[in-house]
Amino acid sequence: MLPEEIKAEPLVQALNQFVIGGHKQHGDLTVEVSAANIVPALRLLHDKEQFNRLSTITAIDRYPAEPRFEVVYQIQSMDRNLRLRVKARLHGDNPKIDTVTGIWKGANWYERETFDLFGIVFQNHPNLIRLLMPEGYDGHPLRRDFPTHGNKYSYQNE
Amino acid sequence: MSETVLPVENDIFSEATETRTRRMTLNMGPQHPSTHGVLRVLLELEGETIQNAIPDIGFLHTGIEKQCEALNWQQVVTLTDRVDYLSNLNNNLAYCLSVEKLLQMEIPARAQYFRVMLCELSRISSHLVWLGTHALDIGAMSMFMYCFREREDLLKIFEYFSGQRLMTSYIRIGGLALDAPRGWERIVKKFLETFPSRVEQYEDLLNNNPIWTGRTKGIGPLEVSRMINLGITGPLIRACGLPHDLRKMEPYSGYDKFDFKVCTSTDNDVWGRYQVRMGEFRESLKIIQQAMDGMPGGPVQADAPKVVLPDREKMKTQMEALIYHFKIVTEGFAVPEGEAYVGIESPRGELGYFVVSDGSAKPLRVHMRTPSFGNIQALPELMEGRMIADSIAIMGSLDFVLGDCDR
Repeated sequence: MLPEEIKAEPLVQALNQFVIGGHKQHGDLTVEVSAANIVPALRLLHDKEQFNRLSTITAIDRYPAEPRFEVVYQIQSMDRNLRLRVKARLHGDNPKIDTVTGIWKGANWYERETFDLFGIVFQNHPNLIRLLMPEGYDGHPLRRDFPTHGNKYSYQNE
Repeated sequence: MSETVLPVENDIFSEATETRTRRMTLNMGPQHPSTHGVLRVLLELEGETIQNAIPDIGFLHTGIEKQCEALNWQQVVTLTDRVDYLSNLNNNLAYCLSVEKLLQMEIPARAQYFRVMLCELSRISSHLVWLGTHALDIGAMSMFMYCFREREDLLKIFEYFSGQRLMTSYIRIGGLALDAPRGWERIVKKFLETFPSRVEQYEDLLNNNPIWTGRTKGIGPLEVSRMINLGITGPLIRACGLPHDLRKMEPYSGYDKFDFKVCTSTDNDVWGRYQVRMGEFRESLKIIQQAMDGMPGGPVQADAPKVVLPDREKMKTQMEALIYHFKIVTEGFAVPEGEAYVGIESPRGELGYFVVSDGSAKPLRVHMRTPSFGNIQALPELMEGRMIADSIAIMGSLDFVLGDCDR
């Protein structure tokens, strides 16, 4: 199931029970876990593997492929000077995943941003409201099926 | 004229004690001069003490990440200038490095040295804006004039190199936009000769200034573990004594060839952050001097005809060069499928570009991990329990750019 190129990686072996895929590209190691396991997998990395810092959380929309969303966690271990990318795939209808604000407090705004721009719901998030777009805005602009010129007040409609 | 009867039972002292326990909400911004852009901070106050601070961002959200998906790979460089408009060369570099990682491209040494030199000049320019405005906020007005005087010299250097003062777009995928203009050594050398004495001048003005020390020492501390957990980077974390600098930890663009030290401070307050940035002025000067001394010759663009525009002379004489030129200009170039993340040390902290390609001539996704976004998250924890006046000093010490934060 696992690609050969990453099987021998110590981090992949440490995460063995959770890893369902991944790759090593240009020196960056990426592991994929299922969306249901994201919190235990990241907690294990934080507690046992000294990944004490979260760089960013974002998402990739691969519309029209399904599952279209990939939630991407860039984490770093400052003591070991190591980086890791963790991914979880989500289906387009009702995408949701658990929050990791319990592990890294700094995840708060990254999750809000991802919710705002992609419409991915982070369950149990302390304050999941729009961050960059105005309140009551309709739609999630970074989705691939959202037009670049906006869905409403566009000069193209005039 | 009728007599007005004053309510005697409502005496002024009881009212005062009553208001002392009442919470007040104060809107700081979005148009507050000390927020350096358009940041709104909702302060919950008890008297003059901040009980809770809620930053509200998004006023400068311009959808740059979305716009990146509509442009081809090389065109995106112009958008990265507009993200962090005080250190745009660092943004150019982070983006180009991440795309070059996908392209697996070798950059010539001369281009790398110029990149390092310009990024350090850009770091000095950004720190000068920080020092000038931070001191202005705290009450040292003259600093602003001095800092902007030196910044003007730097902007002239950028203009000399790229033709633009602010939106340089000088670092491109594959190297630089063009080779350095003739006589560049002279103007950079002139700056290197004058600037060290100017840094001493700033320190003379500030270090023994009782108002400056009183307003910065002991203000806004936060434990290192909480800072790491919040994802804070840059001078803020170095002011806790942690030598976290991506130039040393993950050397990019040939930074490992340069000899410099990571500035740290153990003060962990506004004063410590000031000390770190003043030290970085001097370290940046050292790096620029080394880059000038060891500047290699050769081309400034990679030998990649499918990505880099051909030489004008070649284009007129060689058929292939003309074809490549036509292809690059009309449809851009394809980047192999994959994803890459590169983090660099911008003046504000870790600036990371996460680019995803589906193999076409336009990015599938460009995500910017900007340092200001990460650092502003710490405002509630830094401000809690402090006085309103301290909030200005704390915000200044974070050195955020709202364009960088909102994108």
